[in-house]
Amino acid sequence: MNENIKILKVTGLKKYFPIKKGVFRKTVGYTKAVDDVSFFARGEETLGLVGESGCGKSTTGRCIIRLLDPTAGKIELEKNGDYIDIARIEKNKLKNLRKDIQIVFQDPNSSLNSRMTVRDIVADPLKAHKIGTHQQRTEKVKDLLERVGLNSSQMDRYPHEFSGGQRQRVGVARALALNPRFIICDEPVSALDVSVQAQVLNLFEDLQDEFGFTYLFIAHDLSVIEHISDRIMVMYLGKIVEVAPSNEIYMNPQHPYTEALLGSIPDGDPHSTKVRKTFSGDVPDPSDPPPGCNLHPRCPYSSDYCRKVEPELKELPDHKDHYVNCHSAEELNLEGYQKSQQV
Amino acid sequence: MKKPGSTEKKIYTRKDRLLEVRNLSTHFLLDDGTVKAVDNISFDLRKGETLGVVGESGCGKSVTSLSIMNLVPDPPGKIVGGNIFYYLDKNNSPVDIAALKRYSAEMRSIRGDEIAMIFQEPMSSLNPVLTVGNQIIEPIKLHQDKNNKQARKQAVEMLNLVGIGSPTQRLSEYPHQLSGGLRQRVMIAMALSCNPNLLIADEPTTALDVTIEAQILELMQELQDEFKMSILFITHDLEVIGEMCERVMVMYTGTVVEKAEIEDIFYNNKHPYTRGLLKSIPKIGEHRRLTPIEGSVPELKNLPDGCNFEPRCPESMDICVNQEPPTFIISKNQKAKCWLYRNNDREEELS
Repeated sequence: MNENIKILKVTGLKKYFPIKKGVFRKTVGYTKAVDDVSFFARGEETLGLVGESGCGKSTTGRCIIRLLDPTAGKIELEKNGDYIDIARIEKNKLKNLRKDIQIVFQDPNSSLNSRMTVRDIVADPLKAHKIGTHQQRTEKVKDLLERVGLNSSQMDRYPHEFSGGQRQRVGVARALALNPRFIICDEPVSALDVSVQAQVLNLFEDLQDEFGFTYLFIAHDLSVIEHISDRIMVMYLGKIVEVAPSNEIYMNPQHPYTEALLGSIPDGDPHSTKVRKTFSGDVPDPSDPPPGCNLHPRCPYSSDYCRKVEPELKELPDHKDHYVNCHSAEELNLEGYQKSQQV
Repeated sequence: MKKPGSTEKKIYTRKDRLLEVRNLSTHFLLDDGTVKAVDNISFDLRKGETLGVVGESGCGKSVTSLSIMNLVPDPPGKIVGGNIFYYLDKNNSPVDIAALKRYSAEMRSIRGDEIAMIFQEPMSSLNPVLTVGNQIIEPIKLHQDKNNKQARKQAVEMLNLVGIGSPTQRLSEYPHQLSGGLRQRVMIAMALSCNPNLLIADEPTTALDVTIEAQILELMQELQDEFKMSILFITHDLEVIGEMCERVMVMYTGTVVEKAEIEDIFYNNKHPYTRGLLKSIPKIGEHRRLTPIEGSVPELKNLPDGCNFEPRCPESMDICVNQEPPTFIISKNQKAKCWLYRNNDREEELS
């Protein structure tokens, strides 16, 4: 696979959830969870997706694997030089898609069936796709468990017999069973303790080196996302506000929201005298987003123009691969992440 | 948000002591064995100080705080040994919370009034069927001699103080009508309404987004400056500890493995577990491979014979396998429970 091939192209993706009220369940409005999102992922890269809760990160991930049906937009997956539109695949033909795209969920406790043994959990995708004989499937399960760092002699145990980190490894093994090319990681480490989180992050990196996976890595932890991603997308209220290579976005953010996110990272340095620069207020209700730029009620740089006209995601003229969704991109003098001085 | 100059060290004297925990053990007696959730821990907390408690899940952080509040679910939990001396304002002789009955009048006058607590998950610790106003007014009326009107007035002041806009209207709202950040502010307002001397914050920002977390941490520091209270700050997040605390104790499987000032924890740490924790956090701008701690936390029912950390420890020695290490004194303010420092003095076992 070539790193310059865009393995996934998402154009104008929208997902609206209807709000129903009254005896006749009449639709009275829509929650715009994902509102006109476009991006692409290159082969063998890790694309980070970061934002606060309720910004539409997980909904985006779930639309791509069609656990949710998008309201509008195209999701194109590259296959042998052609692109197929995932959003248009009929429901009964989705099974084929799962061979290419898999997902690892946040909470390993609720995403593994507690009544199935680990062997059955990992073999389930193979069974569903009628791959191999019983014997071959067992061999494959053994192989997968060893790959993710579990002991294959434990495969007849149930999920509750494993620790949180090990359970997450089972979830990863299941995702790998069909040899996918694209893996959506929906907050895979946020339920884990720090020492175990590092083990699982290393596992993701090793698997990518070995098999050349492309990851869409969804997380809310800014240090985790910086560590693992090649490029990072920042989402706010259903829209992508900034996309750039990971180093660029941390050192040279061009969107006020990115600046605020970076400013709120606790730097964990007792010697630091950093004055935090953060936003006041809460994320607005996505069923009733503010007019114009949806950040303007919280943005310290907003003007009358921002209140009326909605900005668009545009590539910066002198920074390749850096896209910003702000009227005043490159005019503001924004502060990047300041590394605390080490002693 | 830490203001420049605040790194200056305060000098504490014996008069400033507020809480002294000595050899506290809280065990859970279950059918299939005893879980030593907190096992023989000792620490001090002084007036106006923030002490951080850090560790992974199951290390006994929360049980420590429940023990101080005398709220350990009994049965199966029980404070089986040790003392929790709390110095009340009025006299100089301390009260031993561990010896008080859970619902005795004395304990109830301390709980909520002297010691207050903020919990991790504001949605599950607020009552969903009572208005925010009812829940803030209740402790005020319980602990202070105030009528409905005065209590209501104070509740409005508290909401104002924690930065909630239009407080009079908020009083008549229910918890589900508030966002996560606002709920946590309500929790803080409730906890501070009786002007406690000790605030126990059990993972107060874990369920919040980063921008909201920053706001809440800032608020807690401002309120501490204003009310001059001590904070016992419990979290698993070392970076938050770095911003909030002066001293830290690191816990592992129910024991305190290292106690030190915050600078020493970050730059001169002694216990292999503290080092392992710091190395496993991804740092922005440093693209090195993470060095995790191998293995996982052992089950509390089934702890190793020697040092609890030995099976995961990169510096494990023969002695670690069979003998539990005592706490060694590294310096006046730094202690580590590890055989690596066996040439140092041992911390005296106080009885």
